[in-house]
Amino acid sequence: MLKVKDLHVHYGAIHAIKGVSFEVAKGEIVTLIGSNGAGKSTILKTISNILKKSGGDILFLDKNLEAVEPHKIVEMGISHVPEGRRVFPGLTVYENLQMGAYTRKDKVEIASDLEAVYKRFPRLKERENQSAGTLSGGEQQMLAMGRALMSRPKILLLDEPSMGLAPLLVDEIFNIIKDINKNGTTILLVEQNANRALHVSNKGYVLETGKITASGKSSDLLNDDKVKEAYLSA
Amino acid sequence: MDVELFIKQIINSLNTGSIYALVAIGYTMVYGIIRLINFAHGEIMMFGAYFAFIIATSIPVGLPFFVIVLVSMALAALMGILTEKIAYKKLRTAPRISALITAIGMSLFLQNLAQLIFGANPKVMPQVISNEPIMFGNIAVPQVMMYTISMSIGIMILLTLFVKKTRAGKAMRAVSQDKEAAMLMGININGIISLTFAIGSALGALGGIFYSIAYSQVYPTLGVMTGLKAFIAAVFGGIGNIGGAMIGGYAIGFIETMTKGYISSRWSDAIVFGVLILILLFKPSGILGKNVKEKV
Repeated sequence: MLKVKDLHVHYGAIHAIKGVSFEVAKGEIVTLIGSNGAGKSTILKTISNILKKSGGDILFLDKNLEAVEPHKIVEMGISHVPEGRRVFPGLTVYENLQMGAYTRKDKVEIASDLEAVYKRFPRLKERENQSAGTLSGGEQQMLAMGRALMSRPKILLLDEPSMGLAPLLVDEIFNIIKDINKNGTTILLVEQNANRALHVSNKGYVLETGKITASGKSSDLLNDDKVKEAYLSA
Repeated sequence: MDVELFIKQIINSLNTGSIYALVAIGYTMVYGIIRLINFAHGEIMMFGAYFAFIIATSIPVGLPFFVIVLVSMALAALMGILTEKIAYKKLRTAPRISALITAIGMSLFLQNLAQLIFGANPKVMPQVISNEPIMFGNIAVPQVMMYTISMSIGIMILLTLFVKKTRAGKAMRAVSQDKEAAMLMGININGIISLTFAIGSALGALGGIFYSIAYSQVYPTLGVMTGLKAFIAAVFGGIGNIGGAMIGGYAIGFIETMTKGYISSRWSDAIVFGVLILILLFKPSGILGKNVKEKV
């Protein structure tokens, strides 16, 4: 579904991503793990086209995303939940979810998707008319995910969904991720919490300073000595 | 105290305040969306007045006031969009000071352009609104004031509804709060920025037209002082906040008119600028402005 081939990204003179290739097949959960600064978020931003790549190709459903304008990416079926949630703090929960459906015109379908989001995240329904800035971190994460689902994505890009959340909420978020995937949405998950990410995913890639250093089935990576030592020894 | 005079002053305040509020909205909307004080906004206001002047004087059949106003507003909107595309767009990721200096340059450029095209001498604005006053008991209110106050308030209500309720209005707020996240929603940032400049410029032009009709003249520096005071109004209300710009506009109009009426017209500017200093000292975020936490 999503193919990234020999991707290079520069921040000015800094070569942040040095030839990364990976693939996400339909229906999978694929995770990119790696420490802070490895370039995980950069890759997601480049897929969403809010960062320009300096080389390589990104193909989504066999279409090259090179010439697609950033605001057209969502319409193609890619929805990105950015690091740090990035909900619109001055908009209400309901308005935030409406913004998620910004590119859609089908009012009836939007309303039923809204109900589905509220069913998945009952807390959001309770806080429907509250401004998003007043929500707790966990609620904001739920809102950010709900907002992304409102565009009916084929693939969901999740950037550090568990960051800064209490352990109990982390469990909840990962359960929700599994559940969203079960309902047919492909997921590309970026996480520092490698252990959890590998448990929930089918396939994993380990990213170190802009390069992929290991990849394979998540269950294999969980037993890989190097990965264990570097990322799972907590 | 002379009650009749006081009522007249209140009406004057509402009139001046309406003009400041209309112009202040443009400053505040643009600031809200790209964090730029668009110093050329006063010049857009001035050009709006010139557009009305040209339409009113060059077309022999007396066009209805509303037609003149709508065409002038549309032209000013286009001018606002072009200003952004030509002068500001490339500087979006540049340090803010660069954009600010560019805005000052744009302001001077447009002032001089107006001098070049129309000459430095004031032109007499034709009376496109009847100058027969309307009597309320003993109080005569010029029709232009009636138009100014009622149209301004009407437009401000429409604008508030637009920003609060419509899809584009919500997208506008989303862009002003987080551009990158807005992009991830599929919002066309460039389109929203153009829309913001268009609305702000059209309202500024309307303010300029009312101003030039009230004083029966148009001149290239018309936007300088009025623009500056409207900017103060925007800061007073809380820059970036549309409701604040409206309140700020009427507050500055009130302070200025009352100073002129009851203290001295010489002091009015000093007092208005004094208010700005006080606001900056005691509530820099303005009346309705929130203390924005810097993102970490």
